[in-house]
Order: sequence, then structure tokens, then C-alpha cells
Amino acid sequence: MTAPVLELRDVRKIYPISRGLFAKPARLAAVDGVDLVINRGETLALVGESGSGKTTIARMLLGLLEPTAGQILVDGQALDPARRKAMARRIQPIFQDPYSSLNPRKTVSQIVGLPLVVHGIGTAAERRARVAEMLDVVGLARRHADAYPNQMSGGQRQRVAIARALVMRPDVVICDEPTSALDVSVQAQILNLLVSLRRDFGLTYLFISHNLAVVEHLADRVAVMYLGRLVEQAGRAELFAHPRHPYTRALLASVLTPEPGLGVPDPGLGGSFPNPIAPPPGCGFHPRCARAADRCRIDVPQPSAVPGGIVSCHLPLEQGLS
Amino acid sequence: MSDPLLEVRDLHVDIPLAHGSLRAVRGIDFHVDRGELLCIVGESGCGKSLTSLALMNLLPSRARRRAAALRFAGQDLTALPERRMADLRGNRMAMIFQEPMTSLNPAYTIGNQLTEALTRHRRVTAAQARDRAVHLLERVGITAAASRLGQYPHQLSGGLRQRVMIAMALMCGPELIIADEPTTALDVTIQAQILHLLRELQREFGMAVVLITHDLGVVARIADRVAVMYAGEIVETGRVDALFAAPAHPYTRGLLACIPVPGRTRPGEMLGSIPGIVPSLTGNLDGCAFRNRCGEARDICARTVPWGHGAGGQAVRCVNAGVA
Amino acid sequence: MTDTLSLATHLPPRSLLAGALRRVLGHHGLMLGGIILLFVALVAIFAPLLAPHDPYAQNLSRRLIPPIWHAKGTWEHVLGTDKLGRDYLSRLIYGSRLSLMIGLSATLISGLIGTTLGVLAGYFGGRTDAVINYLITTRLAMPVVLVALAVASLVGGSLQVVILVLGLLLWDRFAVVTRSATMQVCHGDYIAAAQAIGCSTSRILLSELLPNILNALIVVATLEMAHAILLEATLSFLGLGVPPPAPSWGLMIAEGKQYMFFSPWVITIPGVTLLVLVLAINLVGDGIRDASAPENRN
Repeated sequence: MTAPVLELRDVRKIYPISRGLFAKPARLAAVDGVDLVINRGETLALVGESGSGKTTIARMLLGLLEPTAGQILVDGQALDPARRKAMARRIQPIFQDPYSSLNPRKTVSQIVGLPLVVHGIGTAAERRARVAEMLDVVGLARRHADAYPNQMSGGQRQRVAIARALVMRPDVVICDEPTSALDVSVQAQILNLLVSLRRDFGLTYLFISHNLAVVEHLADRVAVMYLGRLVEQAGRAELFAHPRHPYTRALLASVLTPEPGLGVPDPGLGGSFPNPIAPPPGCGFHPRCARAADRCRIDVPQPSAVPGGIVSCHLPLEQGLS
Repeated sequence: MSDPLLEVRDLHVDIPLAHGSLRAVRGIDFHVDRGELLCIVGESGCGKSLTSLALMNLLPSRARRRAAALRFAGQDLTALPERRMADLRGNRMAMIFQEPMTSLNPAYTIGNQLTEALTRHRRVTAAQARDRAVHLLERVGITAAASRLGQYPHQLSGGLRQRVMIAMALMCGPELIIADEPTTALDVTIQAQILHLLRELQREFGMAVVLITHDLGVVARIADRVAVMYAGEIVETGRVDALFAAPAHPYTRGLLACIPVPGRTRPGEMLGSIPGIVPSLTGNLDGCAFRNRCGEARDICARTVPWGHGAGGQAVRCVNAGVA
Repeated sequence: MTDTLSLATHLPPRSLLAGALRRVLGHHGLMLGGIILLFVALVAIFAPLLAPHDPYAQNLSRRLIPPIWHAKGTWEHVLGTDKLGRDYLSRLIYGSRLSLMIGLSATLISGLIGTTLGVLAGYFGGRTDAVINYLITTRLAMPVVLVALAVASLVGGSLQVVILVLGLLLWDRFAVVTRSATMQVCHGDYIAAAQAIGCSTSRILLSELLPNILNALIVVATLEMAHAILLEATLSFLGLGVPPPAPSWGLMIAEGKQYMFFSPWVITIPGVTLLVLVLAINLVGDGIRDASAPENRN
């Protein structure tokens, strides 16, 4: 039984939105009570659309944001600001936009070597050697070490970002949509790289994406978020074969595979759109849910165990229906 | 067999640089029949967006367009003065852009922008324009349409804005809609809804649509015909089922091998990839632009690239494609 | 994703420096302003070697000699003399020293204050930003010249007072510009990446952030330098800047006021040199902004 390397317990992140001098501020619940466990060595995909809170969770795990409530545990120990630097050695990010995640005024070797410098790892010569080694690992020629990011393509920049993330040999890599901004052919190369690095370095991935085809390719387990809450968690095969939450089913129906003749399905979500500032009462999904009942408008559904996973729904889909 | 609604032959778009020029679109041919949906698909830098702008004569001032033929409903667009072109735009040819945030004017209400699209081209009263706007907003799935007319773009979400853009494009009942990556900036579920809507409207109004995208999944599900662009050229074009069943051009095959398909690619296995990078579009480009990345390249590829036929009848620009 | 057009403007330069050099040399305003500025700087540095006379030496028997292009001019005093018989050319040359020194020092002080405030406001946001915005607004509400006059009249005018007053009053544009530049840079994920790596705040601000707002900073610095030089001239003209007998150009204009109609050169010559210097600095500032703009568009 693998031990959890990351754990979130009832984590919340609430932003007050000022509405002028005299009105009480509105409450933007970016993350509204999330319990999540990531086991060592697994790849957990966090799936959701805009306003779901997945990026906020990533930032909290990286120590960039403080949770308003709840606990984040790394190997059983609470993540506290004082030990953020020590945590940084163990959890590193790969961001979505390769054009803004690298400092345009620094060379590749300065960028990849920065973590080593900050943490005082090795002598200058040892750091140079380590940086060169990382460039080899991610498939970049050594001559790129003295190049600037604006001289490189999107795929090459993303490789630099990956080298930077792995140079300290972290345990966990938070991948925030690492291929969404890349061309299809480059995306495949980066995904292949991530798969082989996972095997060679024994990495744990938290893979955030809205692209379910990529998720199906990469993930061991999948967690689906909607308006700040977790609506479903399951193993990959189980989730894709038998989604339990109506939103998960709509998401899966929206995946447009390159198979002609199947047409574009209407996910059946109606005309309203999710507004994180004024979330609907009860279940956040009910205005768009074809199965919504009265109870869904009043009570927030709590997570309940089902065979294969956890779902938060008053009327989950039965196994066999997908 | 009637004439195609849109006919493009030997379209070039060049962008002059400090030294030489960037040949962004290098002699492409395609046509769109009435009521059909053509997808132009390619990766970044292939020239697909510039193609759509060239059709509407909305290229940036630096860029230069030339074509052997650029005909819309029999009318020659290359010879048309700008004033006549402006009469066509929004009227018989409409465009939907990628970024719904920036395509709508933030200073004017939705109703204002919608009715302006109609009153610019038709002699209708303000009330008639309003009625049509409300009708179209409801048709694109926006509830409480009458009250939406007074709203400003920033009060709507991305998906709603894109629906407004579609409604705006439909105001004058165009014969052709050019959509440049209309759903790329939207969430996955919203994308499905918008594409579903577009397909429905296209069938209902009998419009022709040119849809520009980089997403082969979108192409497969929505297109009637497909044109694959690479480095400023169309390398393969044909009916969508034929192209996906038996892609003839090595680039098309390479692209399809790159995409993970749930249920078909084994999770965790290596995806196909296309080695190398796109060649520079400045300078001399003889022969096939794909040859330095192609596993089947031959000596002749550096000199000429003939048109052949693929297994499903599609036209392929590759020396290895058999002549069916 | 990049589109073809951005690929076109973005063909990789051989190095950042080569690209920059190419843009600088091609920009006419920048070259013109730069040459003038360089010339003035050299004059200021080599003043003792260039000035034909001691700028303070009075000679009452040789008052108000007109410049060389008048009938009564002599080659001994190429630009004539002022009301106390001091050689005008020498005073002009030494005056350039004063203008440049005041410009540079005041800009340095105000730059340090303004940049620090702006960067802290942009980076931390929230309450820090609110407080600093309040400070900026307060400062903007104060009329600079009046405050400078008030201080000078209380404490007495002197070179140090002028520099200090200008330095403590002219930081607002620095703060505003660096604040918005910082906020823009902080949108980039590389700042978040540095934080995730565990960089200390000072390392992030100095090593990751500052090089990326340097362009905007340099532009503001040149413009504020012009501003400071003009202000000093204003203060000296009003009698509360650098005290006589210092060869400040503003003072020279003030001293020549009474002879404006009879000996117009006394006022026009320093006026023109002031104009040329300030124009040159503005050209350089604009030129740097233009030359670095395409890069910023990335």
C-alpha cells in the first residue's frame, strides 16, 4: 500500500471581493472544502474547467497561496510557511505557458541552475555539470545552455521548464496544463518525455488538464472539480468507462476524438454558465444538470464512496449507464 | 453541379521584412460549395489564419495578397474596391474570430453591435433590427434575450460572448461564414455546445462555413471536407471520412499518430511524433517543405511536388501518393 | 500559440545585444539626442580644460561686451560678458557641469525612492499597494515648485538643498511606472516559478524582477532628469535655487532679465542651451522607449 505523499484536508480558499465602501464584500470561494490524497508514485489528474479551482489548488500545493482553511500535508507533515523552502525541494511546478514561465533576461543555464543556487547545492562546477546533465535528460542540445528563451521554440522552452523542475530531483511535480499551449506534434513529444521521466525518476505527478484525451493517456487516478468542489474521484479506467457524476459524463461527452461520423454531441448542459462569485445554492452544478431534483437546490452533496471511487452527488449515475 | 460559392486559386500572402519577405501562404487552392463545411487545419505558423484574413481582405497593412482567382458567388474579389468589399463583409460573408474577449467592442452594448451589423447593410427600422437581434440571440441559445440587448460585453462569460458573435455573424443572413478558431479559447463543454450549435445553424440556413482550427478532433466531428495546411501550403484535401480513414500525406499521418485517443491508444505508451521543426518561411523553398521531417523523403522531393490521389479520393501533394 | 505574423517580427536575433544595437543605431532621434548629450557630458567633464577664463573672475571694466557676431565683439570673450564682466562662455561651460550634476543626483535619489515604492506596491499588492498609492496621490497633490520654494526659503538655497528637495519630490513618476511595470511582469509565470523554487523575496525582486523592468525605468529616468534640470533652472531663476555667484544657467537667465532688451544675448544664450539639453534628453528617452518597444511586445 503506497503512502500518501500529498494530502489535502478540507482545504478552502476564499477571496473577499470588495463591493464598494459600504457593502459587505462578496465571497469568491475558489476552493470550497476539498479532500484529496495523492499517493507516492502515482499520477493523479485534476480535471475541470475555468472557475473549477484546480489552478488554485496547484498554487496552494506549491506554497504560492495560503489556504483560508484546512490543512495541506506533505508526507504527513503540515505545510507551513516557515518551512516553505524545504518543501520547495520536494514539490516543483511545470506551468502552462512556455512563453511566460522563463525569465526572458536569463540564459537557459541560469534558469535551470537557479534552484541549485538558491538551495546552495554543490559548487559552481558541480552545478554546471548538473545543468548540462538535465539538458541531456530533457533532450536539449548542450549548446542551448547559453541561449535566451526568446531564441527557442515553445517545445524547447517547455523542455527547459521541465529541466528546471527536475534539477533538484523533487518527489512531486505539479504539471499545470503543460501541453495546452503547444502544437499537437510538440505536445506529443512533451507527453512522451513526461512519461519516460516519470519512469526514470520515480516521480509523482499532479497533472492538471482540461484535455481528457491526454488525461486518459497519462493518469492513474482522476479527480473532477466543479466550482471549487470535488465532484468525483476514481481510477482512470473506471471513470472513463462508468462516470458517476452528471458533470463528468458531460465532460466525457465533450471530448472530440478524431473519429469522423460521430458528429458533435450536445452535452445537454443548457444555457447557463457557472459564476464563481455567485455560486448556486446546494449543488453548484444543478442549474446545468438534466437530473436536478429539489434536494439538489438546497443541500450541498457530500462525498460518498461508490465502487471504484468517490462521488458527491445526490443522484449519481448508476453503474452501467454512461 | 453548380459552381462553388467560394473559389480560391493560387493564393499567396507575403509579409515584407527588413531582409527579404516572409512567404506565409504559398499558392493554395481550395473551394467551398454552398451549404458545406470546410475545415482548414494546421499547426501554428502554417498560414491558416492569414488565409482567412486574406479572403475577407482584412490582412494587416504590411501583408500583401495575390491570387490567380478569388471568387465569391462568381464575383472576383481581387478586383473589388474596398468600398464594395465592405458591402460584402458582414452581409454575405461574415467572420467569427477566436478571442471573444477582444472581438466585441467593450464600449457598446450587445444590442448596439448586433443591430449595427444589420442596419449597415439593409434598410430596416431600428425596431425591425432589434426584433431580429432578439430572435437570433434566442436561436443561439441565450435566454432572456431581450434583456441581454442592454448588456455590455464584460458582463457576459466567454461562451456567451461567442454565441453573441455567432448571432452577429448571422444578422444579415450570410451565405458564407469564416470562423477562425472560434472555440479554442473556450472550455471543453462550452466548445461542444458552440460547435453543435454552429453545425445546426449551418444546416438550417444552408450556409457554407470555412472553419479554421488546429484541433483534429473538431475537424473529424464537424467537417464535410478538410484541407490540411503545412508551412503555407495545402498538402492534402478531401472528404473527412476518406482523409481520416486513410490519410495519404506523411504530415497528416504524423499528426494523427500524435493524438492520444481514449479507447484506442494504450495509456502510457509512447505517442507518435514528428521529428524536426517547421522550416523558415523566408528565402527559397523549392520542392516539398516537409521533406526534412519526412520518413519517406526521396531525392525528387527537393525539386518538384506533384499532386496525386489518396486511397479515398483525396488530393495529396506528395510524390509517394499513388495516382488512383 | 504564436501566429505567423509574430514569427515574422520575431526571427531570433543572434543575441540580445546585436538586436539592441541594430535598433539603437537605426533610430534617428536617439542618435541625435545621444550625440548632443555626449557632447554636453564631455564639455562638463573637461570644463577646466575648455573654458577660456575663470567663470567667477569679475572685471567691471569689461561689462556687457556683446558676443562675437556683434560689431563690438572681441575674440577674447567669444560669447561676450555679463553684467559683472565675467566671461559668458566659461560660465556656460561650467554651468553645464552644474546642470548635469543636479540632474543626475536628483534623478538618482528620486529614482531610488520611487522604484522601491513602485516595486513593493506592484509585487505585494493589497494593503502595501493601497498605502503606497495613498503616498503617491498625496505627493501628486503637492505643487512641486511651491513646495521647493517654501523649503528653500525656510532653509536657504544651496546646491545640496536643491538636490535634496528635487530628489525627495520627483519620485512619483518612477513609482507609478515601476508599479505598473512590476504588475505586468508579475503576471508572468517565471515569478511564480521563482517563488516555488524557494527564492527569497529580495532575490526575486532584485534578480528576477528588476532586469525586466529596466527598460521602463531607464525611460522614466531620462525624462525625470530633464525635468530636474528644468526645475533647478526655474528655482534658480526665482532666486531660491543655487545661490550666486554659481554659474547656473537658470541664474544666468535671471541675471540677464533686466538687460533683456538691450543685451538680449545675456538671456537667450543660456535659454537656448537649456532647451537643447532638455530636448536631447527627451529624445534619448523617447528613443530608448521606441527601441525597446518591439521587444516588450513579446
